[in-house]
Amino acid sequence: MFSAVPWSSTRAQEIIEANLSLVGPALPILHALQKEFGYIDREAVPLIAQALNLSRAEVHGVVSFYHDFREAPPGRHVLKLCRAEACQSMGADALADQARETLRVGWGETTADGRITLEPVFCLGLCACAPAAMLDGRVFGALDDTRLSALIDQARRP
Amino acid sequence: MIRPRIFVPRDAGALALGSEEVERAIIAAERKRGIEVEIVRTGSRGLFWLEPMIEIETPEGRVAYGPVKPEDVDPLFAAGFLDGGPHPLRRGRPEDIPFLKRQTRFTFARCGIVDRLSLVDYRAHAGLRGLERALSLGPAAIIEEVIKSSLRGRGGAGFPTGIKWRTAAEAQGAQKYIVCNADEGDSGTYADRMLMEGDPFCLIEGMTIAGIAVGATKGFVYMRSEYPHAIEIFGRALQIARSEGMLDHGIAGSKHHFDIEIRVGAGAYVCGEETALLDSLEGKRGQVRAKPPLPAHHGLFGRPTVINNVISLASVPAILADGADAYRELGFGRSRGTIPIQLAGNIKHGGLFETSFGVALGELVDDIGGGTLTGRPVRAVQVGGPLGAYFPRALFDTPFDYEAFTAKNGLIGHGGVVVFDDTVDMARQARFAMEFCSIESCGKCTPCRIGSTRGVEVIDRIVKGERRAENLTLLQELCETMRCGSLCALGGFVPFPVTSAITHFPEDFGGAPLSAAAAA
Repeated sequence: MFSAVPWSSTRAQEIIEANLSLVGPALPILHALQKEFGYIDREAVPLIAQALNLSRAEVHGVVSFYHDFREAPPGRHVLKLCRAEACQSMGADALADQARETLRVGWGETTADGRITLEPVFCLGLCACAPAAMLDGRVFGALDDTRLSALIDQARRP
Repeated sequence: MIRPRIFVPRDAGALALGSEEVERAIIAAERKRGIEVEIVRTGSRGLFWLEPMIEIETPEGRVAYGPVKPEDVDPLFAAGFLDGGPHPLRRGRPEDIPFLKRQTRFTFARCGIVDRLSLVDYRAHAGLRGLERALSLGPAAIIEEVIKSSLRGRGGAGFPTGIKWRTAAEAQGAQKYIVCNADEGDSGTYADRMLMEGDPFCLIEGMTIAGIAVGATKGFVYMRSEYPHAIEIFGRALQIARSEGMLDHGIAGSKHHFDIEIRVGAGAYVCGEETALLDSLEGKRGQVRAKPPLPAHHGLFGRPTVINNVISLASVPAILADGADAYRELGFGRSRGTIPIQLAGNIKHGGLFETSFGVALGELVDDIGGGTLTGRPVRAVQVGGPLGAYFPRALFDTPFDYEAFTAKNGLIGHGGVVVFDDTVDMARQARFAMEFCSIESCGKCTPCRIGSTRGVEVIDRIVKGERRAENLTLLQELCETMRCGSLCALGGFVPFPVTSAITHFPEDFGGAPLSAAAAA
């Protein structure tokens, strides 16, 4: 389960400063911010720009380039379904349809109750036990409709 | 009393199939019986249809049981599995399982066998011998040895590793870098992940040797965020290596200094391209750079940089330890040594098969892989990831070799083989290739950025039957433009899956099927 703290520019500033000794600190900073808050708040962009002596546009360009970085907080659980070829060969497309229908969300969206965010992922490296998924960092292979339903039920439980 | 040793895989693939639950069941079962066992956490042997595969140490060697479910654990104890007792899940000595017996485990010699986080175990299984020899040889001789081995980059491009090293060694610069490309984004590939989770010290040793050879003191491993287990294990291995004097100042008692830092990507496939990776490491958008200048001259932060794939670097310790000749003797044509082939997708015996180059594609799929998992006929095989060609059965005699695949308009890439049964819709696969390219394009060059989107649209029109012949010609022209005009392999190679699907499976695009003679 995901337990993020609410956005705080003071805390964000601390995180940014803690990473400034690294060479090329932009990605480590963004990962650390997302780990803390669950997403990259808009207000983080000028803070990073200031600290790294970049323009806001440059920082926004970096944030928006990478699929991992979210613009809004995710649900309490994040379910990533692999959509790549090895999983396709074992029925990943049908599982993706099932997940979207059951959760009534599109890719990158969060269920109305704020419980589950559904994200696509292109390869978890579990291609010999396809189709694969990741729920809050835990991996699951050889999925079928029953196992996926069980995963979703588990994430839905309060 | 010596406690029985049980080897439990903690590779992400084994975890995805429940090895953590099995480990818990083992602990519960030993408590219940009042016995004590020693659980050794390993990587995976790479036989994923048998995972979780548990091994027991017996006087006759190890005995494997798999695939073990938590509910099998009690019956296994009852059957005396701690002494290698009989049980339906008993697989005998792992080395005798045909899938393993037929392999030449060179780079993956330790993976799935050793305690992945024990330097004592690493050394006991021939670890650090390569580094010791490298230290006695010195930089120039190390590079000569790697050149002599004919090792080619395992990331996909197949460029000679030793030449890269020599170029960076000869380049002028106070600071040089070793960058390990662990951005293994190709679907159907997991060799890098398995190695980092199952034998992380091997990669550390390979990078350290590279550092000594080119005069670099700092290394980065750029890992995928999709591999949290590999990130964790490799991070712990780095700490252990530092505390045991294998990294940082005075490596293994020498005057050399080398340290490694992990950097995590953020879900951009294109960052597997080496120059995009360097930009990403620098904190920028992961956009491809025009070459020249080569990274060996002008790489990370403009410094001379060696950038190699995980498997290339992890092959180096054994090459140094056993000598270049032992490695070069293996192989086929200009592809020397071994390659870890990853059998994936709809395949009965999916897993990592390390072998000398030259094995035929059909042997891999039908014989070693056992055909499809669904039991239906194999229709297409995609080799080399999302940018690799789809091969029909008619091309199953193609030997696994860089040049042989190029000659058949394909590529071996990072060694992934994804099998599809006869329910596959090849027009859908071709469309996906273009769609994937449009999602993952870095946007720097027009053929890739715009071409991929137009490609999806044209394929949609062909499938709908709109001016089919005209649109097929247009698609071929578009593919040609992308192939010749793109800055990197993303836009440049996406025509491989698209045109191979059209060429070999025309019936899925509304055309007449190929005759048997034409297919060959």
